[in-house]
Amino acid sequence: MQPLDQTVLATAPPVPRRSPLAGGALSRWRAPLSILALLALPFLLPSQALAVNVLIYGLYAVGYNLLYGYTGLLSFGHAAFFGTGAYVTGIAIGAYGLHPLAAMGLAVAAAGALALALGAVSIRSRGIYFAMVTLALAQLVYYAALQASAWTGGENGLRGFTVARIGLGRLAVDILNPLTKYFVVLAFVGAALAMISRILASPFGAVIEAIRESETRARACGFDVERTKLLAFVLSGLFCGLAGALFAIHLSIVPLDSLAYHTSGMAVVMTLVGGAGTFFGPFVGALAVLVLEDALSLWTPHWQLALGTVFILFVLFLPRGLWGTALARIGAMRGRP
Amino acid sequence: MTGPVLQVENLGRRFGAFSALEGISATLGRQRITAVIGPNGAGKSTFFNLLSGALKPTSGSLRFGGRDLARVPQARFAHLGIARSYQITTVFPRLTAHENVRTALQARASRYDFWSRRDRLAGLEDRADALLDSVGLAGRRGRPAAALAHGEQRALEIAIALAADPKLLLLDEPTAGMGPEETKDMVALLHRLAEARAILLVEHKMKMILGLSERILVLHHGRLIADGSPAEIQADREVRRVYLGQSGGYGHA
Ligand SMILES: Nc1ncnc2c1ncn2[C@@H]1O[C@H](COP(=O)(O)OP(=O)(O)OP(=O)(O)O)[C@@H](O)[C@H]1O
Ligand SMILES: [Mg+2]
Repeated sequence: MQPLDQTVLATAPPVPRRSPLAGGALSRWRAPLSILALLALPFLLPSQALAVNVLIYGLYAVGYNLLYGYTGLLSFGHAAFFGTGAYVTGIAIGAYGLHPLAAMGLAVAAAGALALALGAVSIRSRGIYFAMVTLALAQLVYYAALQASAWTGGENGLRGFTVARIGLGRLAVDILNPLTKYFVVLAFVGAALAMISRILASPFGAVIEAIRESETRARACGFDVERTKLLAFVLSGLFCGLAGALFAIHLSIVPLDSLAYHTSGMAVVMTLVGGAGTFFGPFVGALAVLVLEDALSLWTPHWQLALGTVFILFVLFLPRGLWGTALARIGAMRGRP
Repeated sequence: MTGPVLQVENLGRRFGAFSALEGISATLGRQRITAVIGPNGAGKSTFFNLLSGALKPTSGSLRFGGRDLARVPQARFAHLGIARSYQITTVFPRLTAHENVRTALQARASRYDFWSRRDRLAGLEDRADALLDSVGLAGRRGRPAAALAHGEQRALEIAIALAADPKLLLLDEPTAGMGPEETKDMVALLHRLAEARAILLVEHKMKMILGLSERILVLHHGRLIADGSPAEIQADREVRRVYLGQSGGYGHA
């Protein structure tokens, strides 16, 4: 039985030895503290556009982290859920005139349904095979969107929907103002973070961590590993779908790129750079990667190569990522054994 | 526990053309500790994998408490009352000792609850502490499993198995790699555990087995070549031949 676990370990996330602050204030208040930090973000960053992107990609990476950092499954296909969330939002508003909130709800449900389908196909393969199957399935979704250009706009992306106000009745707010838009997006992201924090602290959260640590032992304990993984996959897809929906609302267009494999790669890179298996790490990773992307693309046309190099350096020399390493430092300063 | 706990009938397992286990029949009842011995590659771990559902037999049948296990998925075995340890320690390395046992306990209490607090499940925290205490790890509750000493990890794995409250406990070389002190502790632990459940034990340490078990099954090349009390096994000519021929005595490990 050992060889199976070894293939899994080859792709297992380099999470902290244990949550270094488990039981500490930083851990207990992780959701409110994260939201607080994100409230301050637009005032700390040079542009509001960057801040909104950190929120959206951060949520995308957080959703991904649920699967990779906490359940231990390395997926290369999460753009499928991000892109589906974005396209369904855009189509529901543009072609069917749905209320933006209803469109977003539909988008999240669609991403979840897609995750259920793709998960059912992929969840039985392990390690790098799982990564390859998810990549292949996401490519199918990409080509389907490319072909269905009557719906999706094909290569040009989806246009023709603009959301100027969001909310219900008198509570609707104008999101043409960038700062207002930021806080509207943050309302969704904050709610998602509160839910994810709750899920991680739940009995189910303990089961996915157990599966990450040892599938063999989890199964021997009496957990239905396949079913639990599938549920984690669907949850992850739901949150990535929400990130995609917010992305569509934010941009008022949906580029075909949102379904492409490098968008899948973004989730992996941001999660690892920030810190897999940490609550706030994906936001740190999103910020670092977006800033780096901006800076590098000014410097050199080969910025993707440079970004890839930075990523490899991270994997080699800072495997716990920026936030994961910071947490470990704080944990050590507190004099844990 | 009245009647047989486990009935094994003509059990076999092939890997392709290779037959790792063949024609094993045995009934396990009230005996407290039954040892399974045999040279390396005899099929002991394969036998355990079949009994714990990790592998499905390719022939024969298994019944546990009268229930046929043929179609039972592995995850159900713990719920039915069969729990195990592995030859290579299999715990949750980056979780603390307490989290290891608490999570194992959760398998019976709560598996798909997304919303309550895991640390507030009624009684689980205390039961995890009691189980850690019962294997002598009370002082290690906050340590990550990976940071425990080898012997402590073996004990932790047993505490995890005990969380299922098993009627049958399968232990694959629980003292493997242990020094004399740690082995002594483990033997004492096994004596205590055997008071409340049947234990099936793979071991290479002959002296220990002879002192510990009421019954011994001897596997050789995938076949059951002897089944009896320690005295009977010691006197068995076939067993002596297998062991003497191999290494000049009962001397593995
Ligand atoms: N999954 C598998 N696939 C192929 N062959 C296997 C598999 N598992 C075990 N075997 C083979 O079956 C035989 C019995 O192996 P098993 O692990 O049961 O022996 P064992 O008695 O536990 O030995 P040891 O004392 O070394 O632990 C060996 O020849 C082994 O190579
Ligand atoms: Mg073995």
